[in-house]
Amino acid sequence: MSRVSGVLALMLAGALLLSLLLGSVDLPLSRVLAALAGEGPAGDRLVVWQIRLPRALAAAMVGAALGMSGAALQGLLRNPLAEPGILGVSATAALFATFVLYFGLATAGPLVLPLAAVGGALLATMVVAAAAIVTRSVVTLILIGVGLSSFSAAVMALLMNLAPNPFSLADMVNWMLGTVDNRSLADLAFAAPFMALGAAILMVSRRGLAALALGDEAAEGLGLDLGRQRLCVILGAGLATGAAVALAGAIGFVGIVAPHLVRPFLRYDPARLLVPSALLGAVMLVIADIGVRVLPTDAELKLGVVASLFGAPVFVWIAARRRLA
Amino acid sequence: MTLLRADGLRYLAGDRPLVKDASFALEPGTLSVLIGPNGSGKSTLLRLALGLLKPDGGEATIGGTPVATLSPMARARRIAYLPQARPLVWPQPVGDIVALGRFAYGAAPGRLSQEDRAAVARALAAFHLQGFEERAADTLSGGELARAHLARALAAETPLIVADEPVAALDPRHQHQTMQLFRDMARAGRAVLTVVHDLDLALRYADRLLWMSEGCLVADGSPHATVSASRLREVFRIDAAVVEAGDRTLRLDIAGPS
Repeated sequence: MSRVSGVLALMLAGALLLSLLLGSVDLPLSRVLAALAGEGPAGDRLVVWQIRLPRALAAAMVGAALGMSGAALQGLLRNPLAEPGILGVSATAALFATFVLYFGLATAGPLVLPLAAVGGALLATMVVAAAAIVTRSVVTLILIGVGLSSFSAAVMALLMNLAPNPFSLADMVNWMLGTVDNRSLADLAFAAPFMALGAAILMVSRRGLAALALGDEAAEGLGLDLGRQRLCVILGAGLATGAAVALAGAIGFVGIVAPHLVRPFLRYDPARLLVPSALLGAVMLVIADIGVRVLPTDAELKLGVVASLFGAPVFVWIAARRRLA
Repeated sequence: MTLLRADGLRYLAGDRPLVKDASFALEPGTLSVLIGPNGSGKSTLLRLALGLLKPDGGEATIGGTPVATLSPMARARRIAYLPQARPLVWPQPVGDIVALGRFAYGAAPGRLSQEDRAAVARALAAFHLQGFEERAADTLSGGELARAHLARALAAETPLIVADEPVAALDPRHQHQTMQLFRDMARAGRAVLTVVHDLDLALRYADRLLWMSEGCLVADGSPHATVSASRLREVFRIDAAVVEAGDRTLRLDIAGPS
């Protein structure tokens, strides 16, 4: 593990602990630690294990998945402004989730909504992967992603336009804004395998991202199997992003900002960027979720809203400071 | 042993042929220079020969194996390829860019074996880039960057280097140094195939000239055997006289477009 990753892992541990300490019930550190170890009053254990830990872990997992997917997609597309959403994966996942909400299918079981999101992400992933292999052009790949995103957003707007009652509208809005409130350990357990598989695919194929820094043609000359590399990154990022949307809804900018911030510390190497980007993405979302809870607003702010409020200006600042064209 | 053989390679863009029935074989110990006007199909021919483009006819073999059946990594350990387009998006340090030349041996920047490290150091020295290892790519001049890419290709230490216009951005001193380096590599038993637009440079250093015109290889042989005023007019559409210098090298006295 690099020094950067070590520092970020420590920051993540600290952020997670802080997240466990905060909430509507005042619990001192000693009682939180006792509850974590399975001791202390049942009430403490309930608060820590059923409410705070799932929430903190969900924020960390979603941040990590988005951070790593962003880093991998930026390496593949050789575009520092790329994000998991650029391939239309997030948008399609969110659309499928909205779809089951709209038709009331979500009440059939607790797993229907997450399944729909992962299904949408995988569908988008497969469409884009097929296009990637056929066209071998990165520009086409991005444009297909943009088209997919726009189409999903349009259908989503249509569904909201036609929402049968204010309750389902509110449901959809909640989903689109992104939140890790009220997540259970079961929700996490469902998303975790998809995230782990996606992250594993990305980690196994990460060396190829280093070669892609020289351009597609030179990378092929170096011995990279370009078609397979694209497939690996799209599958890995698709799985991880789909699972992230399933867990927390649409949360933007983490996948753009996290890789940018760590890149200078890793000699701008797209391969070595993955783990630190995942860790920083996790730190960012855990801290953003802490912010959501401590800000004294009447209605609790949505995590995705806070992430965008901080992420968008950082993104603009980064874009303005780009060095190589 | 033949390092690379192209056998009747043909490539169509739509119905327009970019390369027509091109055949050549590269043997160790030779510096071959591919010349021809813009759009004559030189880069396409290189890509076809390397198996990076699928030909519409003909076949390329590397060390006797058809390129289509060779894994990308196995091919990259036999031939280092420097394409004409070298887009960089990240301001990486020069040392890491050159280290990517070792990709086919399982290496990556930050993951170099002793052998990889030595090869990278040799390549950096060959192009006078010592001291540039930590310089970010976006702080280099065009010529320095071109040398970094050349060093990357050299670091693979392959039997054959294929380079598409490697000296275009270099000043005269570095142009000659690069061509001398290529010639020395050929003398040492390796082989180089390179596209060069400066005909005087090609005539001075090439053991063999491959003349390309409108998708066809129209002449193939030593500079003395292939260069003539009429061929220059046919292929390049220039009026030029061929002058023999004292050391038997040929030079051109170009009057202008014909």
